[in-house]
Amino acid sequence: MDLAYDATYKAFREEVRAFLRDHRDRMPRRFGHRPTDEQIAWQTLLIDHGYAARTIPKQYGGHGAAPDILKSRIIAEAFAEAGAPGGLANQGISMLVPTLLELGTEAQKTSLIPPTLRGELVWCQGYSEPGAGSDLAALKTRGQDDGENFVINGQKIWTSTAHAADMIFCLVRTEPDAPKHEGISYLIFSMKTPGIEVRPLLTMTGAAEFNEVFFTDVKVPKTQIVGGRGQGWFVANATLKHERGMLGDPNAAHARLQAIIEILKTETLDGQRLMDHPLYLDRLMQLQARVIAMQANGLRLLTAAQRKEAPGMAGLIVKLQGCELNHQLAALAIDALGELGVLYHGSPHQRDGGVWQHRYMFDLGLIIGGGTAQIQKNIIAERGLGLPREPKLAKA
Amino acid sequence: MEFALSPDQIAMQDSLDRTLERIAPLDRVRQIAAQDTPTAPDVRAALAELGAPAVLVPEAHGGLGLGVLDAALLAETLGRHTACAPFLGPALAALALDLCGSEGQKAVWLPRIASGEASFGVAVSEPASGARMAAGVRAENGCLSGQALFVIDFADAAAFLVADSDGGLHLVAADAPGLTRTALTTIDRTRALGELVFGNVAAERLPDGDSRAALARMRDVGRVLLAADTLGAAQKMLERAVAYAGERQQFGRVIGSFQAVKHLCAEMAAELEPARSLVWYAAYAQDALPGEATLTAAHAKAHLGEVGRFVARTATEVFGGIGITDLLGLHYAFKRIGLDRQLLGAPERARRDAAVAQGFIDA
Repeated sequence: MDLAYDATYKAFREEVRAFLRDHRDRMPRRFGHRPTDEQIAWQTLLIDHGYAARTIPKQYGGHGAAPDILKSRIIAEAFAEAGAPGGLANQGISMLVPTLLELGTEAQKTSLIPPTLRGELVWCQGYSEPGAGSDLAALKTRGQDDGENFVINGQKIWTSTAHAADMIFCLVRTEPDAPKHEGISYLIFSMKTPGIEVRPLLTMTGAAEFNEVFFTDVKVPKTQIVGGRGQGWFVANATLKHERGMLGDPNAAHARLQAIIEILKTETLDGQRLMDHPLYLDRLMQLQARVIAMQANGLRLLTAAQRKEAPGMAGLIVKLQGCELNHQLAALAIDALGELGVLYHGSPHQRDGGVWQHRYMFDLGLIIGGGTAQIQKNIIAERGLGLPREPKLAKA
Repeated sequence: MEFALSPDQIAMQDSLDRTLERIAPLDRVRQIAAQDTPTAPDVRAALAELGAPAVLVPEAHGGLGLGVLDAALLAETLGRHTACAPFLGPALAALALDLCGSEGQKAVWLPRIASGEASFGVAVSEPASGARMAAGVRAENGCLSGQALFVIDFADAAAFLVADSDGGLHLVAADAPGLTRTALTTIDRTRALGELVFGNVAAERLPDGDSRAALARMRDVGRVLLAADTLGAAQKMLERAVAYAGERQQFGRVIGSFQAVKHLCAEMAAELEPARSLVWYAAYAQDALPGEATLTAAHAKAHLGEVGRFVARTATEVFGGIGITDLLGLHYAFKRIGLDRQLLGAPERARRDAAVAQGFIDA
């Protein structure tokens, strides 16, 4: 066990730090659901220097470096340390691009990956449906073969950025007679195709972070498929594996913890620092132990990835534990702030822009989304501990 | 940059695991726990054979000169088997002697600790956990008086390492005149705890180095080793619960296929796996990251105390009624975890120490 970087990596870290010092004036200040011009320019600069799209081949618009988990980590650390916005991490880049690289045709890769990486082409994900959440394979949106096109009818939900997206990667039932997992195809098409309606879905935070998307006779050429007909479930699982890696990041929890420490040091109750109240302090310390544990767990995963070993249980628990921890951190901030903790909507005396209430509510969505906590527990028990699956109900 | 156990560490842990599997299976644990005093010469000898007491003793004094992480891996395995053998006491005594002992004291004691010939009890509960019932030891003119409670590895001790209330460290022979030894019986019958009353007992001070710093290191390393002990015991409880859930049938199905039971198992695993990462990190920090040593030790101790308690009760619950019987014997691990939790600072105390270590509050 050795947590120090060797000389090569230390030099690399200096290189990244120097880049960030030299380009501070180029860092974007305005962010949007669609990347702003500043963001796109920054992203292009990052790709050129290998700080975004680092391992994606050059011919698809990436930087083309050999995979090196430690360098990726050093980049992330240096950006966090400098408070610099990192490379874009939208659903197109994080989920579609790896999927296309793995399973797309050459034409799909050349035409779609480069503008996606630059931030010019924005994607949304059409997976969940009102009747197909945890049981995603039960999805009913159908694509009828009219010879040339799939004619799509149905509805998707939880489609974040659908209102801003150019394209959608979408699961559609194209083989109605096949068994449930074998009748799905993974289609990619423009959100401007006639027959698509996007309705914002207002959530408890007060914002519309998601949308519903309705399809009425939407014609999609049959060539716009990733993988073969009926292989969509397999393709989607390749994508989901990339999504779960994004949820439960211990560095986010660490940053959140530091912000709460600041609150406890600066806010007072009856003239006394919150830090001097033993109950808040004790809760803070309980959560700090969990944050350090998840960070150490992340180090184990890092070494496993470097050695190309399966991460095992240490990997299976990240989404469940990480999202829960973030939620508990938000809860502590709210509780420590007392009545100040409920101020929202820009009220006088509101703290930190109301972010703690926002997180407390939004994170509940993250505990549910991307595989609910209960589904995660099934996965941990079945894949991690080898317990048997729930017996299937007899067909009615 | 690498965060994983080395092949040597894995081999060392495996070899202790296999030895204990052979010489101290549940039936032997049950026998040991039925004694008035928890001692097991066979287990102690087997540990010495494997070099366990030598782990933290420097090579120059006949030890293996390994690190706290190595010691933690052994502690984890001892916890896994609810093994009855002095380990924590001699390990902490070796640290204190190495840091503050005179050359003469080191030459006399360290080789004997390493070989397993001499075991040590350590009396550091008052500085580490806080004093109960006005306990405490005063040092005056080379003599100790007062009371030390919750002395670790009490039964087999040839000598005791005692902290006084000013942070001084002393060696006291087990048969020193004026020393009254009383065993304290706990829920955990696999480890010996005791009380020392000093009536002006002649003691040898550890004269060199900074004894307060040494005492802090004993507390920190002790906390890591107790956390590791809990990790091993809890992991074993989880494994037993999962195995049982996979074979026990009710309502015509194995109970592990019911989500109510399956999710209990998943929750235990989800809590325990990052806890393992924390124990590794804290153990590594004791030698490699001195600035984080006290903080991570306190967090490891407190967090494993909490996770251990959760796993202990949940694993027992998975078994249903049989879980609470001596027939099953799961309770030895339950009680092991229960004792670990209270020693050298229970969670609330350890968390307060973690806050002090960061300057959030005054000591």
